[in-house]
Amino acid sequence: MALTTAPDPTRRGTGSVRPPAPRGGTGRIRHGEGLAGYVFLSPWLIGLMGITALPMLLSLYLSFTNYDILTPWSEVEWVGLANYERMFTRDPSWWHSVRVTLSFALIAVPLKLAAALGVALLLNRAWRGVGLFRGLFYLPSLLGGSVALAIVWVNMFNRDGAFNSFLALFGIEGKPWVNDPDWALETLMVLAIWQFGAPMVIFLAGLKQVPTELYEAASVDGAGKFRKFVNVTLPMLSPVIFFNLVLETINGFQGFTAAFVLSNGTGGPVDSTLMYTLNLYITGFTDLEMGYASAMAWVFLIAIALITVVFFSTGRFWVHYSDGEDH
Amino acid sequence: MVASTVAPPVATRPQRPRSRSWLRLIVLLAIVTVVLYPLIWMIGTSVKSQEEIVNNIGLLPQVFTPGNYLDGWRNFDVSFGRFFLNSAMVSLLTVLGNAVSCLLAAYAFARLKFRLRGMWFAVMIGTLLLPGHVLIVPQYILFRSLGLVGGDWPYLPLLIPQFLATEAFFVFLMVQFMRGIPRELDEAARIDGAGAFGIFRHVILPLSRPALVTTAIFSFIWTWNEFFRQLVFLSNLSDYTVPVALTLFIDSTSQSAVGPMFAMAVLSLLPVFVFFVAFQRMLVEGINTSGLKG
Repeated sequence: MALTTAPDPTRRGTGSVRPPAPRGGTGRIRHGEGLAGYVFLSPWLIGLMGITALPMLLSLYLSFTNYDILTPWSEVEWVGLANYERMFTRDPSWWHSVRVTLSFALIAVPLKLAAALGVALLLNRAWRGVGLFRGLFYLPSLLGGSVALAIVWVNMFNRDGAFNSFLALFGIEGKPWVNDPDWALETLMVLAIWQFGAPMVIFLAGLKQVPTELYEAASVDGAGKFRKFVNVTLPMLSPVIFFNLVLETINGFQGFTAAFVLSNGTGGPVDSTLMYTLNLYITGFTDLEMGYASAMAWVFLIAIALITVVFFSTGRFWVHYSDGEDH
Repeated sequence: MVASTVAPPVATRPQRPRSRSWLRLIVLLAIVTVVLYPLIWMIGTSVKSQEEIVNNIGLLPQVFTPGNYLDGWRNFDVSFGRFFLNSAMVSLLTVLGNAVSCLLAAYAFARLKFRLRGMWFAVMIGTLLLPGHVLIVPQYILFRSLGLVGGDWPYLPLLIPQFLATEAFFVFLMVQFMRGIPRELDEAARIDGAGAFGIFRHVILPLSRPALVTTAIFSFIWTWNEFFRQLVFLSNLSDYTVPVALTLFIDSTSQSAVGPMFAMAVLSLLPVFVFFVAFQRMLVEGINTSGLKG
């Protein structure tokens, strides 16, 4: 994978993704150090080969076979592109899982980032108590990915759950949201947005880096609050926004736990929470169609790689780096 | 908790008018209420009787029912104590594996010169964004063909990758940290006759403690909460970790288990919460300096 990742956005100017340049330029490798380098690197190298590269190649091979874990290797059949053809032309539930995953990411990620930025702006002042609030807002990001929280969430949006009790205060009659195909995925989106604390912390660090002189200069020019936000804060923050956007989108595509818990591993009700990874799990480990699941995994990998490339190639049109480096 | 969360005086900005800051405080308190409500509701529900869970919409129970914790603990043929032990073992060994293997790799990338270093570094960065779900099927097949799935000690497929520095995020975090260690210290040690191993042992290792602590904390919390791999690789009830065991409550759909289920959910989050309280500053700064996941 020739992907690059965003450099640390909160440390302007030092965020190179190249390894640190050895002192003394490209001089010759000190005697013995070349060997030492590989000695220290060996656990990582073994992991790269055995845990990452070999499985990737195996998975690529399997994606052209009808492998299930039950038949012996000698009887595994090469089926060519049949798995891919089935996926694109004859598998409505695959297309459905793509739609579910896309709508989850397209709705939950922007709302989560908006919440993160909004709260970060509220907190971005020098006053006592910022640390306490920051910590409390961050807490859901630590807990929210767990099975325990997913269980709580499902019950909260169930018929007797807290959400309906809240609605009842206003005389609105709720419904068992998690059992309603039109609403189940939305409850998972709310769970994702609830975890806005992690991107918020990154936004806060970014906001601290915006030089106050810029705001003062804008004030001198007669800019109001809104103009300052649009013309100073947003451009200065764009590397951090970009960073959060890439990361949260990729994480969003991989949502599994909450969908599994809500649907008890089925993707229901009526496939409404059939996230891509859940579909992959069901295909590979419930239906044991591991060849087909491998094809699904490769399409997923390529899609994520493409989305990352799109992000990085459009990024240069709207991401503003104040140090003038060509990123 | 308060002691560890009070902010130090931050940068100086002109103070806003009083009324404005009150308004902001009220808005923030409202958001905090919404954010914390699910957690408080969870704790409240865990000590409600079944009847109150259905009828009492308040946060707190009228009759305090701590028996849910006992019922949940013994709800399955294997006690939750076993699940907690399994989770603790997997998490702590993962911490050890990540700390050791990622530190070694990071030292090579940050300080040593060797052929193809730039290429390997680029590959490592590439694996940062590689979704784990993509590799799960072939990894399962490989570990199974090695006889490591569902054996006497089924945790090897969960742990082996952690001892081989496959969490590129931690390698990256440590490389970033080591860049900040002055190279003069390396040079001084070299003049004293230290080689690559000596410099690692006497300079880099002791000075990398903060990065190691950050790695340990995140690695523990993420593994404790991790579900996907544990679901795939653990198949015997007595081998289950806490997250996998919790899903058994969903299978047994009987309404009567809601209280005990919530009790175990609360207990399962307790270690993460303790870590949060103890290391809150470090966690927040950790995602700042490394800027990933969360």
